[in-house]
Amino acid sequence: MSAVEEVSHQDGANQVSDVVVRFAGDSGDGMQLTGSNFTEATAIYGNDLATFPDFPAEIRAPAGATFGVSAFQIYFGSEDVSTAGDDVDVLVAMNPAALITNLKDVLVGGLLIIDSDAFTDKNLARAGYSSNPIEDGSLDAYRVIPIAVTKQVLESVKPFGLSHKFAVRCKNMWTLGMVMWLFDRDRSITTDSLKQKFANKPEIADANIAALNAGHAYAETAELPTGVEVYRVPRAEAAPGLYRNITGSESLAYGLIAGGQLADLPITFASYPITPASSLLHTLSGQKQFNVVTFQAEDEIAAVCAAIGASFSGSLGITSSSGPGISLKAEAISLASATELPLIVVNTQRGGPSTGLPTKTEQSDLNQSLFGRHGDSMLPVISCSTSVDCFDVAIEAVRIATQFMTPVILLSDGYMANASEPWLLPDINDYEPFPAKFETNPEGFTPANRDPETLARVWAKPGTPGLEHRIGGIEKDFDSGDISYDADNHQRMTDLRKDKIEGIANYIPEQEVSQGSPKGKLAVVGWGSTYGSIHQAVKRCRHEGLDVSHIHVRYMNPLPRNLGELLAGYDQVLMPEMNTGQFINIIRAKYLIDAKPLNKVSGQPFKIREVETAIRSLLES
Amino acid sequence: MNAPVQKLTAKDYASDQEVRWCPGCGDYAILKTIQKLMPELDVQKENQVFVSGIGCSSRFPYYMNTYGFHTIHGRAPSFATGVKLSNPELDVWVVTGDGDGLSIGGNHMIHVLRRNVDLQILLFNNEIYGLTKGQYSPTSKVGTKSPSTPDGSVDMPLRPCVFALGAGAKFVARTIDTEAKHLTPVLGRAHDHKGASFVEIYQNCPVYNDGIFDQIKDKKNAADTRLVLEHGKPLTFGVEDRKGLRMNAKTLLLEIVTIGEDGVTIDDVVVHDETNKVLAQMLAGLKLPEFPEPIGVLYCESTAPSYTDDVYQQRIVVRETRGPADINDLLRSGHTWTVS
Repeated sequence: MSAVEEVSHQDGANQVSDVVVRFAGDSGDGMQLTGSNFTEATAIYGNDLATFPDFPAEIRAPAGATFGVSAFQIYFGSEDVSTAGDDVDVLVAMNPAALITNLKDVLVGGLLIIDSDAFTDKNLARAGYSSNPIEDGSLDAYRVIPIAVTKQVLESVKPFGLSHKFAVRCKNMWTLGMVMWLFDRDRSITTDSLKQKFANKPEIADANIAALNAGHAYAETAELPTGVEVYRVPRAEAAPGLYRNITGSESLAYGLIAGGQLADLPITFASYPITPASSLLHTLSGQKQFNVVTFQAEDEIAAVCAAIGASFSGSLGITSSSGPGISLKAEAISLASATELPLIVVNTQRGGPSTGLPTKTEQSDLNQSLFGRHGDSMLPVISCSTSVDCFDVAIEAVRIATQFMTPVILLSDGYMANASEPWLLPDINDYEPFPAKFETNPEGFTPANRDPETLARVWAKPGTPGLEHRIGGIEKDFDSGDISYDADNHQRMTDLRKDKIEGIANYIPEQEVSQGSPKGKLAVVGWGSTYGSIHQAVKRCRHEGLDVSHIHVRYMNPLPRNLGELLAGYDQVLMPEMNTGQFINIIRAKYLIDAKPLNKVSGQPFKIREVETAIRSLLES
Repeated sequence: MNAPVQKLTAKDYASDQEVRWCPGCGDYAILKTIQKLMPELDVQKENQVFVSGIGCSSRFPYYMNTYGFHTIHGRAPSFATGVKLSNPELDVWVVTGDGDGLSIGGNHMIHVLRRNVDLQILLFNNEIYGLTKGQYSPTSKVGTKSPSTPDGSVDMPLRPCVFALGAGAKFVARTIDTEAKHLTPVLGRAHDHKGASFVEIYQNCPVYNDGIFDQIKDKKNAADTRLVLEHGKPLTFGVEDRKGLRMNAKTLLLEIVTIGEDGVTIDDVVVHDETNKVLAQMLAGLKLPEFPEPIGVLYCESTAPSYTDDVYQQRIVVRETRGPADINDLLRSGHTWTVS
């Protein structure tokens, strides 16, 4: 049953515990903007929330085309929300294409808000409808509110004298106004942000605000189907403190800046535009006050090489891309491994192989991260699990890269990069600094000197008198750092590089159980952005008394030193992954555990239900 | 940067590594000349960085007692850009070859020149791949017989200085490996130039392409085969500078004239102006046997802003405008709300 049907009537208002709303329209209809404004208002209202922007690779697909539909989903509620929700309670469909492609996700009894003006013969045919679904009874299982939105909008923005083209563009704000009425959201934040966004075009701002208010007023006064009234979603109980909404790519960018400060290092961020990784470059290029230099290179290779050059000369070099771009960087990453320089390589994973699904999510670059280079160039790999988690993982990447003088691969993905969630803001002063050490003493210096504990090579930057030295890709003598083709020395250096990376396991936390107990019938082991779905699925199953726990791995290489022992404490292990089974092969090979896979590569995150079903079937078998 | 307190010598710039080029390689001469030049520059040794890619020439940094980074094939300009972005105070030299810099690394060469990153780029051109044992290169003449072109190469070579000018380089020069008297001042000018300085060095590979530049290097022919460029001086060459280049007003091409014949005087000869890009492009395209090959500074636009300076400047302005940066403030930017 849809949440908007399953209501309790307290204080005369419809009360629901949680709701999923999806806005869907043409890729030029402004659905992402609509969704993010509704998200802001919902966060400030005090609900917990998670979002899922889902858009096509085409920037402006032909109007009315099914492949051009852009959607923004938000799940909000009075309890712990960690996914964007399985099923849709309220669908806003701006045209037939948006309806036909999204209807399958709407619960029976769910609410459909439809712009009937867009249901023209041409648009219906383009979407593949042979008759108008608003009229032919095919939507009888839902509660349908067809509104002539276009007409309403043109009327409401008339006083501002916009051209037809610009006037019609206010449609998204009109529907937003209506949905805000439905859930009693405050419009002032949207009003403020419109004024800010169109500061130089006040007539556009005014028209959009008028449309927003008109949509709200319409909902308030029109006769809507029985039972469609204002729904109240009680505020979520949250830890006290200051909050904001954050997307994964923003929190990752902030984490890198924070990491640079904690390491007391300037940052050189070199990147080449690629979906869905570019927003990291955009965010960081606007933060020059933080000793951050950004460089949009001519290609992926130049980007990683510039980052390594920057590290050589005493900055923290960072590069960022998505799978195909990381492939291009592979040779240079191996050079950074051979020369033992710090480097962070951020991979915001997307559907592959090749161009694949650029705007859709996947976690299929784990094998690439672990093995996708020539030679024995083992590297630390760490992964983020939620939008908020990206902040801490970025700091951790900086710590490992600089303390161990090694490239670090940091895995994010398209889902969490774009998705937002509320963040209880941390205080940077609570983080332990880890200042980078530069060699300055020429006495006994060689570029091969290293810390006997961590095995980290010494970092001597150009500009330091007496430490002039050469490094490069040719194998280096263990003692002097000079080039060496000696057979035994190569064995020794290869072993050393391996020992150094494996030894990082002694400097990372032991694996914890994120939900449940450290022993039992079943552990669901995940990594990356599957966190939310696994968390909710395990929570629901435990609520019913099932013996299942959730373990979420951040350190993909080296793995936490207790992981094998921990997993041995469960009768069964289930591993959901948005790939064909990459991490599971590592776990099976390393710990000889008969873990069971749950794989999905549809470009969409796991639904809670899918993980729940897998848990039940393993526990019942 | 401060001048060295104690005057260093060429020896101070030689590393303790045994030089491993083939006997007779032109790289030896270039190395010696650069080691001699270094103490004359107003830069402290610890502020100098040599960055290279892959190839014979790219072993260069190992032999310099400065900071050095031997990187990967074709990418030295990108590493050097990163070095310079991170620390604009450093004096950064890129050493590359015709294969490294113009084939696998051609794209980076275009962009490092276009951006005008403040570097010295020395392209050792021997018109052959040495380290991979003698295949033809993008600068090899048509018909070059090599292991990969046993019947002679058929593709057109590119002219490095034409390429550099096309990419927007602000300093373009050509010189010769074994001619220290020419090489030294050209490298000095390249160093003094703010921005990307591109220097093509004709370099002999005695093993795979021996004598490829002999016509120009041979003292007997040199007067007729090379055109020594000097800013403000007429473009004359030949025995007793009897020949010169004149601009044909009808074809808009340079043509060879003999002074004293057909009423031609020195006043008819084009005067070299290294700030004239059109002239530089014409000179860069001249080649034997039709024309003498120019050596010297073809083009120098000294007022162009350098990328690294501009990036640095932009940061200073942003920091001054925005005031002190605080991570906690950054995190708390945008809409926030309090749960009590």
